[in-house]
Amino acid sequence: MIVSRRERWLGHALLILLMAVTVIPFISLFVTALHEPGTYPSGLEWPETPYWSNFVDAFQAADMWALLWSSVLIELGVVPAALLIATLAGFSLGHLRPPGHRWIFLTFVLGLTLPFQAIIVPLYYQMRDLQLLNTRWAIILPLLGLYMPFAVMWMRAHFVTMPPDLSEAARIDGANTWKLFTRVHVPLSRPALSSLGILMFLWTWNQFLLAVVLVDDPKNRTMAGALGAFQGQWGTDVPLLCAGSLLILTPTLLVFLAFQRQFVSALMQGALKG
Amino acid sequence: MNEMRTTGAPGRREVAAPASTSLEARRRALKARRLRRGWAALGLVVPAAFFYVIFVLRPLVLTVQYSFYDWNGVGASTFVGAENYTRLVEKPELLGSIVNALELIIYFSFVPVILGLLTAATIRKFAASRLALVSRTVLFLPQVIPLVAAGIMWTWLLATDGLVNELMRLVGLGSITRAWLGDTSTALGAVGVIGAWVALGLCLLLLLSGMTKIDPALYEAARIDGAGAVREFFAITLPSVRQEIGVCVTVTVIAALAAFDIVYISTQGGPANSTLVPGLEIYYLGFFSREVGQASALAVVFMVLVLAVVLPIQRLTKEED
Repeated sequence: MIVSRRERWLGHALLILLMAVTVIPFISLFVTALHEPGTYPSGLEWPETPYWSNFVDAFQAADMWALLWSSVLIELGVVPAALLIATLAGFSLGHLRPPGHRWIFLTFVLGLTLPFQAIIVPLYYQMRDLQLLNTRWAIILPLLGLYMPFAVMWMRAHFVTMPPDLSEAARIDGANTWKLFTRVHVPLSRPALSSLGILMFLWTWNQFLLAVVLVDDPKNRTMAGALGAFQGQWGTDVPLLCAGSLLILTPTLLVFLAFQRQFVSALMQGALKG
Repeated sequence: MNEMRTTGAPGRREVAAPASTSLEARRRALKARRLRRGWAALGLVVPAAFFYVIFVLRPLVLTVQYSFYDWNGVGASTFVGAENYTRLVEKPELLGSIVNALELIIYFSFVPVILGLLTAATIRKFAASRLALVSRTVLFLPQVIPLVAAGIMWTWLLATDGLVNELMRLVGLGSITRAWLGDTSTALGAVGVIGAWVALGLCLLLLLSGMTKIDPALYEAARIDGAGAVREFFAITLPSVRQEIGVCVTVTVIAALAAFDIVYISTQGGPANSTLVPGLEIYYLGFFSREVGQASALAVVFMVLVLAVVLPIQRLTKEED
């Protein structure tokens, strides 16, 4: 395609500007985290003596191992189970299309725009009655339900695109529904599954509201919820807070960078069919 | 209904087409098989539906029920009819939170979608260049970090001695510097900047992915017809990414109306309720002042508001198929 020099220059300049705006807050956070604890450093100034020890202090102050462990447990409780049940439902609604599939799907879609805050009050009392408040289950179980509208829609959108001939061929070869699902469709769904898995991993890690409302102890919370507690406790010590924030957000960056090719390419293929 | 379903499986109709003596029997067997598969298929939906019903639909119904009662969460509750709803209009604090949420749409949604559109249209042609590939990663970073962390970062950037003010002093705008999040006239906009920063990458990438799917021949034809870049944008690019725009607007509008994390961290709804949003107010009412009924009434209105804003967007951008 023909691209004029001016267009190219303008486009590059725009991109670089946007990237700078995106990255500068991260750099500012990092630089601030290296200043003397208890000070109010200004701007992007590199400290005379970088206090790398802030990271160690923040790690200990937040009891980071316990927080990481808690988040890992919550992730393990949410992501695999959510993937499994959403795939089953998406396969059924998108491919098998049993009687009433439209209504069932519509009921799921109904929850798509539902903000978590709209149901947080009854959810609290429900969890209290189940005696699950302050446990990780109080985060895991509601998330399984709350992810379903998006996850079922995502998987259904994938299965709708699968040609019916594929299943017909498998059926002629004698495959029943279960075999059709596990042998033919699950292997073909890997890209859709992995991007949904990464999305749900990030959403769970970053889940704040449920953690704040339903779990008091930061050591039973998600990472984002724990960061909220950390801010409450150490909010006045800016460098320490910045160091803690960096520690807590770094795993999300690592996961994203590790899987980004998959993730972005899934986006590019238009897997997002909202 | 039935006919529409059979068109989904063209092979099957051919089976039933040749008229023979066993036609009736074959049709019955087919029907039975379809029914059996139907039940098996419905069974696959059950696990997802279970969690959805217990942890989403049930609380949803309860929210509506609570909204008609006066309850402090512990003692007995009394039925008060629509009183919680009338108070929504009477109390400026409650109504104000809804107005604030609507205003946040400008920052959380319009700004990133428009900026994303313009940028994507500019970089579309070299979407495969190395810089563009790097930008895909970089611009996505705000989406993957916790909003809480974004809130902490920006609270510091927007503080009195923060980087934003420092830059403004550098370019001679020192006279308007202030604690952006602490001033009643700028706090909501400052919160909006944080939201725009978070959403921009997502919008840009989605729109760009839509634009790379456009047939290049369309642009070549337009060029031959003498269309400029602006005509091209409005005649080809914009209509082609209608669906992606729909996704972006929907996602960001919901994020604006349901804002919680960023506001909780950066302003807690202050100063003087200038950044109070329904999500936060529900939290305060439900868990601090223990006005469960009032919190629920706000939640119901909040839900209806989200639907009232999002459904028209969906209808506008849905492709006719």
